[in-house]
Amino acid sequence: MTLPEYNFAYLDEQTKRMIRRAILKGIAIPGYQVPFASREMPMPYGWGTGGVQVTAAILGPDDVLKVIDQGADDTTNAVSIRAFFAKTANVATTTKTADATVIQTRHRIPEAPLSAGQVIVYQVPIPEPLRFLEPRETETRVMHGLEEYGLIHVKLYEDIAQHGHIATTYAYPVKVEDRYVMDPSPIPKFDNPKMNGSPALQLFGAGREKRIYALPPFTHVVSLDFEDHPFQVQKFKQPCALCNATGVYLDEVVTDDRGGRMYVCSDTDHCETRRQDGHHGTGLPIAGQETVKEDAA
Amino acid sequence: MSVSINARSEGHVFEGGFANPVMDSQAVFRRVMNALAQPGTIADLAGFVTPPAPMSQAAAAILLTLADYDTPVWFEKPENNDDAIGWMSFHTGAPRTADVLRAGFAVLEKASPVSAWASFPIGTSDYPDRSATLLLPVESLVGGQPLTLTGPGIETQTVIAPSGLPEGFVAVMAENRAAYPLGLDVVLVCGGEAIALPRTTRIEEF
Repeated sequence: MTLPEYNFAYLDEQTKRMIRRAILKGIAIPGYQVPFASREMPMPYGWGTGGVQVTAAILGPDDVLKVIDQGADDTTNAVSIRAFFAKTANVATTTKTADATVIQTRHRIPEAPLSAGQVIVYQVPIPEPLRFLEPRETETRVMHGLEEYGLIHVKLYEDIAQHGHIATTYAYPVKVEDRYVMDPSPIPKFDNPKMNGSPALQLFGAGREKRIYALPPFTHVVSLDFEDHPFQVQKFKQPCALCNATGVYLDEVVTDDRGGRMYVCSDTDHCETRRQDGHHGTGLPIAGQETVKEDAA
Repeated sequence: MSVSINARSEGHVFEGGFANPVMDSQAVFRRVMNALAQPGTIADLAGFVTPPAPMSQAAAAILLTLADYDTPVWFEKPENNDDAIGWMSFHTGAPRTADVLRAGFAVLEKASPVSAWASFPIGTSDYPDRSATLLLPVESLVGGQPLTLTGPGIETQTVIAPSGLPEGFVAVMAENRAAYPLGLDVVLVCGGEAIALPRTTRIEEF
């Protein structure tokens, strides 16, 4: 007995056409959230159903797919989605940023600069940057229509009033082509500058909220700020403990129950590539040298 | 309008669609997506479909990739496009509409009078995506008067030189740009090739 076969890349053709039309409208109106008839996917909301539908609609047999979750190629979400498309679309997959033609991402932009011809697909939980300020969809639509973004500046100002600085660290709102305020998805604000003028096409899919939006290559993307409180990205005191990289986004890894921790690249491919190139961090054992300390207890 | 596919309409209404609808529509879509994301680049859409005259291969490939029962298609000169309308209806299931306000896609004629373009839907401030995409045939995508393009998708600027554009095209596209985020997206088609000009693109005479 043969198992029933899925259509190429899982979705049926009418669904793909509908999503493709939404993607094209999104590209034509950068930063505007295009409603689309999001389908149920064989994974729960919050696991990237929007990103998966966008990827399924664009993916072709010659594509090379990379999937990352918080920068990592080897976490459950990334592995599952990669396997999903390897199975349903029979596409080649990779963990190398430079080799990928389509990169689906949950909450990071790779450290290696993206190049022309690449497409990066973001998984988006809440696409509406004004949602927590105004819960009514009818109102947020009017606010976008009238370019009425005072409220979001008030939100950032309240950060300053409370904390002395803009304390928003992820899903930091951006303004696209001086028109639409857009949620960049919950990427750390560290990654916001990479969106501006990127040569890659950036697509955003929110499955539960049924929205698709896009940034064509070389689009102006400006993080909101104030003259006296300019936008700043996170800075890290130490380099990556594994590959000694600076100027990258680091994850904190707890190493024992006595307060020990190390900071390592969130982008696993970037870190591995650097280590292969001979970079060596302070937390990495040196070959041939015993560094593992056994507990006497 | 119900499509009458009768004995008069011959095989060419039924034939000439995608040989492999799944893979061909994906290939055409990616080329159209890249063309829209990089305005001014020429997309090669040749060889996928063989539509009845006078429809171009590029316009036909775009319709077969993107049109279905959700997207009424408006023809500027339906009387010249009997076979093309029948062919499109057979292969996509998209309704042909005579109501310009319902047009999801509009199949224009060469040198289409731009004064009439004001009646196409350009979306609303709440839903700027509810707008028409125009498929505009031109004599050639090269060899005409150079036009400079700037805007999203273009690093600095790019130059196109289509010939056979309608009179007043640059002026009407400037108005279109001024209405952003509302507006029309235009695809210039010629034979098997296309140039996409989304509403964000600024078009100036060289």
